[in-house]
Amino acid sequence: MTHNMYIYIFIMALTTYAVRVLPLTLIRKQVKNQFIQSFLYYVPYVTLAVMTFPAIINATQTPVSGLAALIIGIIAAYFGAGLFKVAVSCCFIVLIFELFL
Amino acid sequence: MKTSNTSLNNITQLKEGIRDGIPIGMGYFAVAFSLGIAAKKAGLSPFQGFLTSALINASAGEYAGFTVIAANAPYLEMAIITLIINARYFLMSCALSQKINPDTPLHHRLLLGHVITDEIFGISISRPDYLNPFYSYGAIIFASPCWATGTMLGIIAGSLLPGRIVSALSVALYGMFLAVIIPPSRKSKTIAVLVVVSFMLSFLLNYFASVSSIIANISEGTKTIILTVVISAAAAIIKPVKQEEEQNDA
Repeated sequence: MTHNMYIYIFIMALTTYAVRVLPLTLIRKQVKNQFIQSFLYYVPYVTLAVMTFPAIINATQTPVSGLAALIIGIIAAYFGAGLFKVAVSCCFIVLIFELFL
Repeated sequence: MKTSNTSLNNITQLKEGIRDGIPIGMGYFAVAFSLGIAAKKAGLSPFQGFLTSALINASAGEYAGFTVIAANAPYLEMAIITLIINARYFLMSCALSQKINPDTPLHHRLLLGHVITDEIFGISISRPDYLNPFYSYGAIIFASPCWATGTMLGIIAGSLLPGRIVSALSVALYGMFLAVIIPPSRKSKTIAVLVVVSFMLSFLLNYFASVSSIIANISEGTKTIILTVVISAAAAIIKPVKQEEEQNDA
C-alpha cells in the first residue's frame, strides 16, 4: 500500500502540535507521579542517543569517518561547544577523513 | 496607560527574542540542510520539505518521521513515533506552563506551544521572572524560516553536491543531537550511563537486525520507539528523578 505524503505530514504536524500544546493549555500543576516524571525526563536523552548511534556510522561514505564524527562531536560538546560548532566540527572531520582515505 | 506600557514591553521582548533567535537560526540552517538530505532520501519534494519544517520545527521528530515515510510504514506508526520522539516537548510544555503568568490567555498558550523547540525552550525557560510569550515569538520569527528554507535547500542541493560533501553534511544532524545529550551527561552520571547504554543497545539491535530476518523487518522508527520506551522506563524505575533535580536541569 502506498501512502499519501501530505497525510503523513499532516499526522506528523498534528501529533507534534498536540504534544507541545496540551500540557501548556490543560495542565496548570506539575506532574506529581514520580515514574511518569522520571520517564519523561529521560526520554529525550535516550531517543537522541538511540537515533545517533549507529546511524552516524552508516550516514557517511566510510564507517571510519562517521565514527570520527561521533568522537569529535562528543569531545566538542563535552567541552561546551554550542549546537552550531558541534555540527560543523562533525561535518569538517568527515570531510577531512574522506579526503585522505 | 497600563495597556500601552504592556504593549511597549511586548515590543521590547519581541526584539530581544529576535536577537537571541539569530544564532539559533544560523545553527538551524546548517542542520536543516542535513535534514533535507534525509527528507530527499525519503522521497519528499522541496515544497513538501519546506512545508514539513515550517509546520513542525522539530529536528529529531522530523528525522524520525522521514524514516517512517522512507519505510512506507502505516499512518499509525507515524502518529506513535511522533508522539514518542516528541515526548520531551510534552515535558518542556509542562515546565513552560509553570514559567508563564497563570493569567496568560488561551491564545497565547496555543501559540507558545507551537514554538517550543529544544533551543527556544532553553532560552525561554532561563528568562528572569515570568516568561513573556513575545520573547519566544521573536526567537521563532527568525529561526523558523531558517529551518524551513534550510530543509528545502537540502532537498534541492543535496543531489547537486558531490558525494563527499553530502556525506560530510549528513552528520550535522547527529552533531546537533550530540550537542543536546553530551553536556547534561557531563553534569549527571545517570544521564552519561543512560547515553552509553542507549548507544550499546541501539548498536546491538541493529547488529541483530543484520543477522536475523525477523528483527530486520522491524522498521527503523519502531526500533527507536521500543528502545526509547524500554530504556527510559528502566531508568525511571532504577533511578527515579527527584523533583528538584529535574527543575534544575530543565
